[in-house]
Amino acid sequence: MSLSSEDVRHVARLARLDLSDEEVEALRPQLSDILAYAEQVGEVATADVPPTAHPYGLRNVYREDVPVDPLPHEEAMSTAPAAEDGRFRVPRIVGPDVTGEDG
Amino acid sequence: MTTAATATGFQAVIGLEVHVELATRTKMFCGCRTDFGGDPNVRTCPVCLGQPGSLPVVNRGAVESAIRLGLALGGEVAPSSQFHRKNYFYPDMPKNYQISQYDVPICSGGVLEVTTSHGTTLVGITRVHMEEDTGKSLHAGTSGRIQGAEYSLVDYNRAGIPLLEVVSEPDIRSAEEAQAYLTELRAIVLALGISDAKLEEGSMRCDANVSVHRPGEPFGARAEVKNMNSVRSLGRAIAYEVDRQVALVQAGGTVVLQTRHWDEDRGATSTLRVKETLEDYRYFPDPDLVAVEPEPAWIEELRAGLPELPAAIRRRLVDAHRLSAEQVATLAGAGLIPVFEEAVAAGSPPVDAVNLLTNDVIALASERGFDPADLALTGAQLAELTGLVTDGTLSTKLAREVLGDVLAGRGTPREVVAERGLEQISDTSELAAICDEVIAAQADAAQKVRDGNRKAVGALVGAVMRATQGRANPRVVNQLLMERLDRC
Repeated sequence: MSLSSEDVRHVARLARLDLSDEEVEALRPQLSDILAYAEQVGEVATADVPPTAHPYGLRNVYREDVPVDPLPHEEAMSTAPAAEDGRFRVPRIVGPDVTGEDG
Repeated sequence: MTTAATATGFQAVIGLEVHVELATRTKMFCGCRTDFGGDPNVRTCPVCLGQPGSLPVVNRGAVESAIRLGLALGGEVAPSSQFHRKNYFYPDMPKNYQISQYDVPICSGGVLEVTTSHGTTLVGITRVHMEEDTGKSLHAGTSGRIQGAEYSLVDYNRAGIPLLEVVSEPDIRSAEEAQAYLTELRAIVLALGISDAKLEEGSMRCDANVSVHRPGEPFGARAEVKNMNSVRSLGRAIAYEVDRQVALVQAGGTVVLQTRHWDEDRGATSTLRVKETLEDYRYFPDPDLVAVEPEPAWIEELRAGLPELPAAIRRRLVDAHRLSAEQVATLAGAGLIPVFEEAVAAGSPPVDAVNLLTNDVIALASERGFDPADLALTGAQLAELTGLVTDGTLSTKLAREVLGDVLAGRGTPREVVAERGLEQISDTSELAAICDEVIAAQADAAQKVRDGNRKAVGALVGAVMRATQGRANPRVVNQLLMERLDRC
């Protein structure tokens, strides 16, 4: 499977990666190789095998609706790069590139 | 509703997505509590904080709620469904994805019967699926909204609380129908007891997909409108959005697929973001979670345990007690059906119980700023009160006063009547003396009655009622006065 430059740009946009043209061309064959590797699975005859997302064959793994103690607040926040007022501080969420038919 | 659409030859096409926050004790995939309020980030753990190496495990209680709602809506439970990861880039989920369901939801199909002033229509249910709630973000900056914020502060107490998303077919044609749909769905959720379903507090949330088209032409592009936190604001937002789209198309513009934000104060919607297409979320099966395959016996047990649902209750009340559809709708809307049924079971005539409830109880609740269902009125108290009216102890006018005292916790109806000496006076000898005094004092009015003006007796009856602080039995007073004025 060979990806186009546009495919690579699309995937990059979804991952919020800003790639230069050189990077797109460098990644294009690499991503294509990865897909080709995964595509080998398609060579196995599976017409009579239902699709599955799991190798284990497990189903219906539940917990009962019983509370357990949460992490202490300090521990919950301990890996936060930035915090304020007991909350995780994160960069602005939506950039100014919001557009619509009326702005 | 959607008057502009109809008048301009456009038809509104509306589908609703309703999120119901489940009243389970713990989150969807971890044992953190689902309580409301308190300090931020005090009900979190490695699972709902998305720490590497943590593994989600499905809350059986949430699956049970999902199945019950699906069955109550007349849908089918999937023999096998699974969870997918919905990948996106907002920090309200610390994992950078939300666990949801995608191609196979736990329940599919069903229908909701919706009644408006224009009649009854059926709205198809597409699906009910399970997912997890997101964290709450505070947007720092002048606007307080996402747009223009410099940074955001996130609280993950809510992240991971079980949600059911109920998606309707685009069968809704007006703001009024949308309001009726949401009201009915909420009533079903409350009857099932799976959520407190408070729109104002966000435990039930409704997004509307709105588009317009000319009948016979393809559907227009839709806008998903968010941030309506009452049935009323849902109606306003849809009416506004329909008008906006019609005006845009009429002016030669094109509606773009997008998400819009409803501003309750401005009474308008505005663009939040141009919608990413479905594929952009890159859904894929969550490898940390295995298939949900409810045993048929469990499903049948849950089906057998469903409560009587609101539509069935309404039909039964109309049939069994000869109530009008309007009276039942009023009782249902105020959450007073249980009190009504208790009162009737305790011997109250249905017509008296429904009159006191739909007139006096709702009015008193409104005066006090209460939800009628939150008034501590029991069916037994109501039956006692209607009994006092039936046996002539109390006039209907005084019944309302007694009701007020009962609701204020001043005792049972009988105790209040005895305490305040409100018993109706039907004793002829006691009232006869008062009638004589009134006739003497109001000779002019009395003469008019004697001269054949029967209506003039009203002033005299009024005077007797005043003299007895409203306790006189008006029928008896009328009789006594007429006897004395030779008009019998």
